[in-house]
Amino acid sequence: MSAPERDWAAFVTNTDDGKAHMDLAVDGITCAACMYEIERGLQKLDGVEKARVNLSSHRLSVDWDGEKTNPSPIVDLLQRLGYKAYPFDPAQVKSRGDAVGKEILRALAISGFAAMNIMLLSISIWSGNASDIDPETRSFFHWISALIALPTVVYSGRIFFRSAYMAVKTGRLNMDVPITIGVLLATGLSMWQTVQEAEHAYFDSAVMLLFFLLVGRYCDHLMRRKTRSFAENLATLKAESAAKIQEDGSALDVPLSKLSVGDRVLVRAGERISVDGKISTGTSEVDQSLVTGETLLQPVGEGDLVYAGTMNTYGVLEIEVTAAAKGTLLDEVNRLLETAMEGRSKYVHIADRASQLYAPVVHAAALLTLVGWIMLGMAWQPALVIAISVLIITCPCALGLAIPAVQVVASGLFFNERVLLNAGDAIERLATVDTIVFDKTGTLTLPETSLSEKHDLSADQLELAGRLALSSSHPLSQAIARATGAQQALLDAKESAGKGVEAIIDGVPAKLGSPAFCGVSDEQLEQAKILQPDASFVAFQSGDKAAQLLPVGQFMREGATDTIQKLKTAGFTIEIFSGDHKGAVEHAARVLGVETWQAAMKPQDKIDHIEELKAQGKKVLMVGDGLNDAPSLAAANVSISPVSAVHVSQAAADAVFLGDSLAPVMSALTISKKARWVMNQNLAISVVYNMIAVPFAVLGFVTPLVAALAMSGSSIIVTLNAVRLRMLAGSSTQPNSEA
Amino acid sequence: MEVLIYLIPIALFLGGAGLVAFLWSLRSGQYDDMEGPKWRILDDGDLQENSAPVEAAKRKVS
Repeated sequence: MSAPERDWAAFVTNTDDGKAHMDLAVDGITCAACMYEIERGLQKLDGVEKARVNLSSHRLSVDWDGEKTNPSPIVDLLQRLGYKAYPFDPAQVKSRGDAVGKEILRALAISGFAAMNIMLLSISIWSGNASDIDPETRSFFHWISALIALPTVVYSGRIFFRSAYMAVKTGRLNMDVPITIGVLLATGLSMWQTVQEAEHAYFDSAVMLLFFLLVGRYCDHLMRRKTRSFAENLATLKAESAAKIQEDGSALDVPLSKLSVGDRVLVRAGERISVDGKISTGTSEVDQSLVTGETLLQPVGEGDLVYAGTMNTYGVLEIEVTAAAKGTLLDEVNRLLETAMEGRSKYVHIADRASQLYAPVVHAAALLTLVGWIMLGMAWQPALVIAISVLIITCPCALGLAIPAVQVVASGLFFNERVLLNAGDAIERLATVDTIVFDKTGTLTLPETSLSEKHDLSADQLELAGRLALSSSHPLSQAIARATGAQQALLDAKESAGKGVEAIIDGVPAKLGSPAFCGVSDEQLEQAKILQPDASFVAFQSGDKAAQLLPVGQFMREGATDTIQKLKTAGFTIEIFSGDHKGAVEHAARVLGVETWQAAMKPQDKIDHIEELKAQGKKVLMVGDGLNDAPSLAAANVSISPVSAVHVSQAAADAVFLGDSLAPVMSALTISKKARWVMNQNLAISVVYNMIAVPFAVLGFVTPLVAALAMSGSSIIVTLNAVRLRMLAGSSTQPNSEA
Repeated sequence: MEVLIYLIPIALFLGGAGLVAFLWSLRSGQYDDMEGPKWRILDDGDLQENSAPVEAAKRKVS
């Protein structure tokens, strides 16, 4: 049973200078030594021109001479070195670079350059105004400032203008609308003043505002990029490819994007099925736990439908692809997901909520100032200058940084607790949660089957069982082989598909397999099932002694009971929604001490129940991993997935937690509560700042110097306050012990 | 004040040179990996070929 040839052409692209290029996600890179090892190893291969590991994204990029070598030895070498690598499907990773990040960084650099140079000129003018600058020099400085500021505002401001335009077009107000108005008015007024050869110009305020806001924007972007590249690597390493059966009967490994309806795909024992389809030949049992949450294996045969994400246990299956057909499970899930996502997008970010209150008030204040001064008999031009200076000084610089600064600090804390954020606003939403809904299979329990401690085999017997298990590709046997750490397979072991393995060791026959295969009586099996309702049983028999049962199953995650208890003590309502059968869910709920649970739920049922909870005014956090959970992850107010979740679920969830423990859920809630507190403080600081500054501006006391000082001062205070979150949280969360 | 005619262009040129250098480093992908390069300087695997002086020094010590 050798692996099928891989269709390399689908993964390789050509560089400009005629070399072949491939990007791979590499699993197992933990430190810099791994990086040297991989690069040096690859460079020694004949024909490899360049191999470079990106240590932050755990990706490898290789260029080679297409005539001298091919990708096979490259992947083989990585395998020998002990790294699992899988090439990216170029169709799925659309842009190789981080185009958005580079745009923001370019805009940031240009606004930084402009802000420095304009400030240099402005400080000369301010000190000159206090002493003896002559009007010609001042005017000259203003013109140079204008020359620097105008292109900068156009180039660096685009990001805000675009977003503001989109918001206004759809009839909404977001942060970027007042920012755009403020920047444009400040620049326009300064231009006007420059032409008039007036004493004041506000170019420095406009450009500095852009600079501070872009810093916030870039931090926000960095945080999301980290999660996204992690998710992409994981999806790629799950090898979303399929062994397509060619016309001549051979199998070729191709990425999913190269499959079309009607193609036939070969799935061998122990492999995950990667397409939706109909079985054309073969019988087996499939493990649907990742898709429906059901932990019992389901027998399938010719003509039955199987779904992407399910695991083939022992038989070899030939599947005809039907993915495009309506009514498949994935299709259903995607449809539900879309509707649920629409609900999510109705959530208004805290910053946008603030600006919806803020913008009308400030704009009204500016208008009143203009009207008031004219009524007091001032000419319209100076009155307009004062009105605009009200807008400039209230321009939401602190408001624009208040939330992103906290988000960046909080996401660093989340990362220490092994939680990756998908959405920045997830922190705000996590902070308001009062009800937590858990999925069972793969979320409360471990995603992989493992061997229970509760069996009565001796160490020798267990070792033997492990070696027998190595000869079988059935998932339950693999769990036993993993648990026992067996290395040496038995050479003469014979596998009867779907039943078990037998071998003769030192003249004594030994058997490992289904209870019936080893002659376990039904009563004995029933009794064992009462003791451990969440386990499947594998029997082991040595010689003619009575067979013994090995309970294997998806058991609770490390710290699950502990975390649930802590969450309950902290006042959260806990519920379990599972697609698994009643017995297993009931057992899990009892062990964890959760009173409210529902079993055998379909994706739609889960959404309905979540909507019900939301209608009662509860804020729901959904924690789930399966394909069947994806729509409810999107429907809940906020959601978290374990890293073992299916790709769709990870994409739908707001955050992903790493590792086998459930504890990160608790820390995520704790950190976000504190982060929310600091966000509110920051908003309060911005409001207080405005309350102090606006009266001065209305009375016409705001010179460019005052505006610039107030603006940078408030930004710095808000940022420092965000950094304080680290100290607040540091007292309650332990630093990550693993690097 | 005539000196400003030289000083301002010089200031702008210096700032601009920094900006161009930054944009170049961004374009050539120096910000793609913020983690790896700081470790690469510690990699002495490339010393193998021309490590004769080191070897000689070691021999002298022993």
